Amino acid sequence: MSTNRPVEVATKAEQFIRQDDIHEPMHDRFLWATMQRRNAQAAALPEWEELRELASQIKEHALTHLDEYLTQFEANATQRGAQVHWARDGAEHNEIVYAILKAHGTTELIKSKSMLQEECVMTPYLERRGITVTESDLGERIQQLDGQPPSHIVFPAIHKTRKDVAQLFARTIGTDPNNDDPHVLTEAMRNNARPRFLAAGAGMTGANFAIAETGTFVVCTNEGNADIGAAVPPLHIASIGIEKILPRVEDLGVFLRLLARSGTGTPLTQYSSHFTGPRKGGELHIVLVDNGRSRRLGMADFWHSLKCIRCGACMNTCPVYRRGGGLAYGATYSGPIGVILDPTFNEYKYSELPFHSTLCGSCSAVCPVKIDISDQILKWRRVMASKSYLPLAKRLSFAVAGHVFAHPGEYHTLQKGAGPAIGHAPHFLLYNHTLNPWGREREIPKVAQQTFREWYLAHRRNNGSPDPQS
Amino acid sequence: MVTHTAAAHRMTAPSAMRVGLFIPCYVDMLFPEVGIATLELLERLGLDVGYPLEQTCCGQPMANSGDEANAAATEHLFMQNFKDFDCIVGPAGSCVKQVRHHFDSIEQTETVRHVRQHTYELVEFLHDILKVQDFPWAEFPHSVALHNSCSSIRGLGLAKPSEIMGTPFNKTADLLAKVKGLVLVPIDRPDDCCGFGGTFCVTDPAVSARMGMEKVRDHLRHGAGYVASPDMSCLMHQQGIARRAGLDIKYIHVAQILNGGPFRQRGDPDEHEPTG
Amino acid sequence: MEAQTLSRDSILAAIRENLPKERVSRPGIPAFARQDQPIRQMFEEHLGKAGAAAHSIGSPAEAAAKLTAMFPEAKVVCSAVPEIAGTRRAADVQDPHALADVDVGVFRAQFGVVEGGAVWVTQEDLIVTALGFLSQHLVVLLDPNEIVSDMHQAYRRVRMHETAYGCFMAGPSATADIEATLVHGAQGARSLDVFFLRRV
Repeated sequence: MSTNRPVEVATKAEQFIRQDDIHEPMHDRFLWATMQRRNAQAAALPEWEELRELASQIKEHALTHLDEYLTQFEANATQRGAQVHWARDGAEHNEIVYAILKAHGTTELIKSKSMLQEECVMTPYLERRGITVTESDLGERIQQLDGQPPSHIVFPAIHKTRKDVAQLFARTIGTDPNNDDPHVLTEAMRNNARPRFLAAGAGMTGANFAIAETGTFVVCTNEGNADIGAAVPPLHIASIGIEKILPRVEDLGVFLRLLARSGTGTPLTQYSSHFTGPRKGGELHIVLVDNGRSRRLGMADFWHSLKCIRCGACMNTCPVYRRGGGLAYGATYSGPIGVILDPTFNEYKYSELPFHSTLCGSCSAVCPVKIDISDQILKWRRVMASKSYLPLAKRLSFAVAGHVFAHPGEYHTLQKGAGPAIGHAPHFLLYNHTLNPWGREREIPKVAQQTFREWYLAHRRNNGSPDPQS
Repeated sequence: MVTHTAAAHRMTAPSAMRVGLFIPCYVDMLFPEVGIATLELLERLGLDVGYPLEQTCCGQPMANSGDEANAAATEHLFMQNFKDFDCIVGPAGSCVKQVRHHFDSIEQTETVRHVRQHTYELVEFLHDILKVQDFPWAEFPHSVALHNSCSSIRGLGLAKPSEIMGTPFNKTADLLAKVKGLVLVPIDRPDDCCGFGGTFCVTDPAVSARMGMEKVRDHLRHGAGYVASPDMSCLMHQQGIARRAGLDIKYIHVAQILNGGPFRQRGDPDEHEPTG
Repeated sequence: MEAQTLSRDSILAAIRENLPKERVSRPGIPAFARQDQPIRQMFEEHLGKAGAAAHSIGSPAEAAAKLTAMFPEAKVVCSAVPEIAGTRRAADVQDPHALADVDVGVFRAQFGVVEGGAVWVTQEDLIVTALGFLSQHLVVLLDPNEIVSDMHQAYRRVRMHETAYGCFMAGPSATADIEATLVHGAQGARSLDVFFLRRV
């Protein structure tokens, strides 16, 4: 089903910008405002930078001892009555989930947000086998109804205006297309989802953290939708990436203080829920999923990406993401974290993502677990360049540039040629959209009549002493 | 790599230094006045400055595209040109960052390490090494918005980035505060990237332009007559966008302000290409 | 089950093979120093920011009266606490679905946390966990002397090994998924009120 052509992220970003004067400015404004709230929350904690360092070290410790902590988690969760399964990849995850549902005769499933389940492409798999899957998170449900993936891991529909949502809901759940009040729309979704919670045979969640010490996993939401899904249907299935493991309960103090502040600019999410074994009268299944994580652990340059706690702060701060939107990346994960994760799933398909960045470094600065995101983006560029994934034109121009810059004589000849050329080239050629992307958006700077080097030779020709005349 | 404070402690007395002037390729070709201002300023401060005539580029366009092979030859040439200086100073944050942090396509010999650790951006050199207290020859009676380039603040530590918590500082602002008449205006997004990003501006032109226009509008909103930066490459991008939009705002490198010139003298300092 | 053992072994083997060379040790987590803080006042302030409200209550009778005054239209008040009788006792509920018609759910939180204005609530407090999420409105009893400063202290207090479900609840259900506009009552409770009432 997946095409193997590279995702043209720059083109798709441009489409997002050009659709009108409403969507992109709104998208940028909301995420910028979220970043300002994040900064205010962080500034209020004198220990903020210390917490980031602690979180980074705890994660690095957990990941460098991952096998021990996973087996400890499994033992403790099992001892508390959970059933723990292991899935090597997305396909196996889906098979396990389906087998559990089938064993219970369940055909109605309600789920909360899980990027891992997105990764596994679980929903279409289950739907093809007669399972009705309802997203309960409002943003995810909006995207599900619209047949789109989420565009942001915390705010899945942040690229849509209220008008877009109103029209979508009118089409799909029968609300008034002219009423775009978010309160009214949210209420409509509440009333639409509630019967599904009550009818569901199973609730599925992801997990933000899994604690080895007690076999507990933690789910943080603002809506409480994960909690309803766990508390009402008799069966709860949790999909957990193996990298979510933390050693001890007290580690959560550090992570919970960082998570919501980083991603949404609030001290905590409304609900931080801790599940240890099944609830009274319920059954709990945990599916631990690898899907490339163990392989990533072995990548010296990139394994730190496994520290990610899926807060979304990198997306909020990234000026390229804010402008171009999350759907442009064409992948489960978008934004800066997406740029460094997606190539591990398909290097060729995502070969252009590492160039969808100015390497400004803001992502690394906001990451609560200090992933060196910006440095990893540059490293991915080296991978893409070495595999000849760069578009031909780019490769040729950099080969020429590299040669010229290594040879001063040629460089000076080029300078002499470039100046007059730019000065005399017809305007239409310089500003042609295809031939000259610079000229599409900007006026071209004038090449100086005298380069610095030429000035230097004229005024400082003793190469160190000022010219006595100047 | 060596931080600015470590470098400052390691420096010997300024008068003993032989300084190599590093002029990035685009400054050489497009903004020579920035190079002239830098050289004159360092000479005014009593330094012995040499300019290797065979220098070309720091290799950043190739390196940032992941093209290590083509970057290596350029890095090697840089080393050849600058290996005999005590320190190297360049009026360009992103280029200096490239040398200090990313010159690893070539073998890391003793010489290479020395050159990398002693390459400074102009503002950090003036602020941390020379600790210049005033610029009596300079006057700039204008309202100026300071553009903090990403390389300079997140790469070289010229200012505290807004995402990092701690005591705010800004070395460029400290220096500009010593210039008579200059008024620094605060802006809404002081360290949000302007969208230049080197090759990004041509591979992702729509996003780059949106980011640049946001900067231009932010500066205008706060009444800036000039935008100053330690990085001319960012200003080149912003200037191009401002001109295209017909907006009247001028772009200048901090070296020109601190040296009291030269400013472009051809009538309108930022006239664009005549139609052909 | 054999296939499962295969997968498990395969994953663990892959991990062991790929473990990074550096073995990072676990850092100690400090207790962050705080000056004397007006705990209750700060808790109420953060509770307010989370979209909830707090009320000082002198006695169980006052609590019941207050609830009735706040929710005069409520038909079903399901209570997990002795202080407020309600119209239905949570202890009598077996099936969580039976709570679908609850207007006000009442339970006691074990302690509060200043950070976020959160309260820690477990399965034992809720009796039926769905009480905290199917109820349209929530009234939470909290002893005002049982409030800690921050999440580090909170995690030292929770007894994770003793309960299948524990939740830090900070205010009512909320979402900002539509144009980043904050809305309360997304899926769970529409409102949350804390009654400061000492344990009986």
